[in-house]
Amino acid sequence: MSIEPKEYQAPVWHEPVIHQMGAAGRRGVLFNRVEKEVEAAVEPAESLIPDGVRRRSRPALPELSEPEVLYHYLRLSQQTLGMMGISLFGTCTMKYNPAVNEAIAWRPEITEVHPLQHEDTLQGTLEIVHRMDLILREVSGMDQFVFQAGGGAEAAYVNCAVTRGYHAARGELEQRDEIITTIQTHPSSAATAAAAGFKVVTLMLDENGYPSLDALKAAVSNRTAGLMVNNPDDMGVYNPEMKEWVRIVHEAGGLAFHDSANFNGIIGKLRPREIGFDACMFMLHKTFGAPKSGVGGPAVGAYGCSAELAPFLPSPLVAFDGSRYHLDYDRPQSIGKIREFWGNVPVVVKAYAWSLAMGAEGMAQVSDLSVLANNYMEKGLLAIRGVTRSHPEATSPRLEMTRYSLQTLKEETGVDIHDVQNRMTDFGIDAPWTSHEPWLIPEPFTPEAGEMWGREALDSWIAVLKKVSDEAYSNPEHVKAAPHRQAVHRLKPGATDDPATRAMTWRAHQRKTAR
Amino acid sequence: MPAEGATLGLIINPVAGMGGSVGLKGTDGEDVLREAWRRGARPAAEDRARGAVLRLSDSATPLRVLTGSGESGEDVARTAGLDVEVVHRSAPGPTTSADTRAAAEIMAARSVDLLLFVGGDGTARDVLSAVGDGVPVLGVPAGVKMHSAVFGTSPRNAGHLAALFLAGSPAARLREAEVMDLDEAAFRGDRLSARLYGYARSPYERHLSQNAKAGSGMSSEASLDLAARQVAAGMRPGRLYILGPGTTTRRVAHALGLSSTLLGVDAVVDGEFVGVDLDEQGILEAMQGRETWIVVGVLGGQGSLFGRGNQQISAEVIRRAGRDRIIVVSSLEKLIALETASLHVDTGDAEVDAMLAGFVRIETGPNRSTLFKVEA
Repeated sequence: MSIEPKEYQAPVWHEPVIHQMGAAGRRGVLFNRVEKEVEAAVEPAESLIPDGVRRRSRPALPELSEPEVLYHYLRLSQQTLGMMGISLFGTCTMKYNPAVNEAIAWRPEITEVHPLQHEDTLQGTLEIVHRMDLILREVSGMDQFVFQAGGGAEAAYVNCAVTRGYHAARGELEQRDEIITTIQTHPSSAATAAAAGFKVVTLMLDENGYPSLDALKAAVSNRTAGLMVNNPDDMGVYNPEMKEWVRIVHEAGGLAFHDSANFNGIIGKLRPREIGFDACMFMLHKTFGAPKSGVGGPAVGAYGCSAELAPFLPSPLVAFDGSRYHLDYDRPQSIGKIREFWGNVPVVVKAYAWSLAMGAEGMAQVSDLSVLANNYMEKGLLAIRGVTRSHPEATSPRLEMTRYSLQTLKEETGVDIHDVQNRMTDFGIDAPWTSHEPWLIPEPFTPEAGEMWGREALDSWIAVLKKVSDEAYSNPEHVKAAPHRQAVHRLKPGATDDPATRAMTWRAHQRKTAR
Repeated sequence: MPAEGATLGLIINPVAGMGGSVGLKGTDGEDVLREAWRRGARPAAEDRARGAVLRLSDSATPLRVLTGSGESGEDVARTAGLDVEVVHRSAPGPTTSADTRAAAEIMAARSVDLLLFVGGDGTARDVLSAVGDGVPVLGVPAGVKMHSAVFGTSPRNAGHLAALFLAGSPAARLREAEVMDLDEAAFRGDRLSARLYGYARSPYERHLSQNAKAGSGMSSEASLDLAARQVAAGMRPGRLYILGPGTTTRRVAHALGLSSTLLGVDAVVDGEFVGVDLDEQGILEAMQGRETWIVVGVLGGQGSLFGRGNQQISAEVIRRAGRDRIIVVSSLEKLIALETASLHVDTGDAEVDAMLAGFVRIETGPNRSTLFKVEA
């Protein structure tokens, strides 16, 4: 399909930081003074705060009227440089979050309940959580799920804690202090293993785009506590030898964890448990249709495991005795709490609604469409000048995404991936995702089409990259000066890498720029 | 970091790479050069120089170029429309390594912001001997031998990196990079002898965090330091630790509070030196009656583990220590940047090379390691 990319124009508001707006004494809402009787009964509000933590001076909060605040955030929402265009953000599995699921999650039956209510008054909510558990058991082959983790990395951490619990129970924890992962597994596996006190052994890729069995064999020993791996990995490469991997790790006495974050390309087609994995993790806020909400949640990393590992899961578990749901705290081998209560229930509700709407057949179609769309894109993208694929000779399948490189484009034109990212946003395309660190492939980008974008969107994406490549060869300066039509111009690189200049709060910003 | 009105030193070794095209293993020395001409080799360095300089003339930074006359830089720089000052004129006849050194010395004295040279390991060595770590140095790959770690991945990438560095971009940082060279005379006789000549300060391009999702972990410098401390902390009483040459093993020595020889092999027992700058014999003597562990880094842009740059740690030393008592330390970034996905051993002893082949564990950070393939 031939599409002529059209440049878009983002609104330019030159919006100040909220601390620079408003005026002293301005208020959005004025509250009445507390009635004397109430004050007498409760004592002054200040007295409720212990001396040691009481402020000595008032906080420097912005002072604005309500409409000023609303306009401010509306404008900021128009300056986000993304989430408004076509968003094929690799490893993020961007998909539409049906409005009806939002409406369900906002019903008072969800928003007005509290986890400390008596179980008898939470039967409906517990039923939803339990049924989502059953759905995920069916999808994964595992025996029990828990929704406590507030995201994928936290679910990876659950796995490390469960691994610790399992080996400790067998008296082998001191000896088994190593977790094996691969360089294209999501970095949160290595990070959480390290946080849990394990030594991390990372396997590099072979010519096929995944590590060799020989590398794994050289890595396992009686020190191996477990394997943590994505498959397909962060480049969309599927390692067809995974059954053998799991066998080798089991033989060495370790546990095998499938980080199923990249499940969109295999959902409904294979179950981690059937490959031999002892545990897996799904991100309900991506694969299962709940909002990704940027990086930071609210989210749910649903962690599932075999019956053998279930005693170590965090507490409580939602259990069903055939007539009544209850929260099971009586679990002596449990690793305890990973997070308060039993997880972000509204996210579970949205994922449950998505799963019911899709059904088993719909879920299987998700992986068909995702893989088809990715391979369709691959044909179009590799026809663009300056674009190559990682491990071009590898025959290993690419499932829901593919890692490309713009190294050739950079060599020939001086235009790099960041220039291309910036220029693509001028055409209403969200800046493509590059790669996790460290970059194995120079000048990388990794689009993930997913199942919900139509062919028109994919064709537009391809056409825009083609256009930017043409520009790079004919007028590289124009691409290097991009973006031209965004809310802000290119950010000066480096500031966020330097602890001396980056600031997470207004106060820190003032302190660091005062010097 | 350079910025406005940057000054670049440009040195082209016009005959670099000629030997390779006609089956010679280098182009060092007049006899070899004559042989290369006789075999029909033609200079290619100028072409490669053009690829790099093109990127510089694209750049918006005002640039002054100090260079040698004619084919040693002036021609290419003028063609590219750069502001040129000729600081060295070579005598009639082919340019020699003395010309390279003389030009580099002048550029160092003039404190150029970057010295960009076009050549191979021989040229790198000449430049290093003239400037040491006085000015930053970057190589445009054009030689037959390129074991040094001072080269860009291609002429154009070298030019791109030079432009970034001269523009003061935070993406371009300096690091210490090995300058290594094979002895060509020995090499042509199919006998290898490679040396580590020293370290140049050389720019590299780091990936700045452009979005929240990419994130940036601990810097490779910090990771390497922590890995080195862990190696030092893991040393046991009574054991002999042989520290190979290079900046990585120097970090281990620093963690022990020792200052090791940068290019030599040192030996440590109980946190103290028992020998510095040892040759093979010295190492073997120090090993007498002691359990011996070998600590090495990865040397050069091609990833040498043993045999190039650390020949003192000979096949016999390795055999006596044993494969399981070799500790390798390297940053993950360095491993990823290697041209091949494997490390090389060339100890001169086929049996020891075979023993070393396979997967070796490399310490890459605190409690972080990787397994990397070793090939003979």
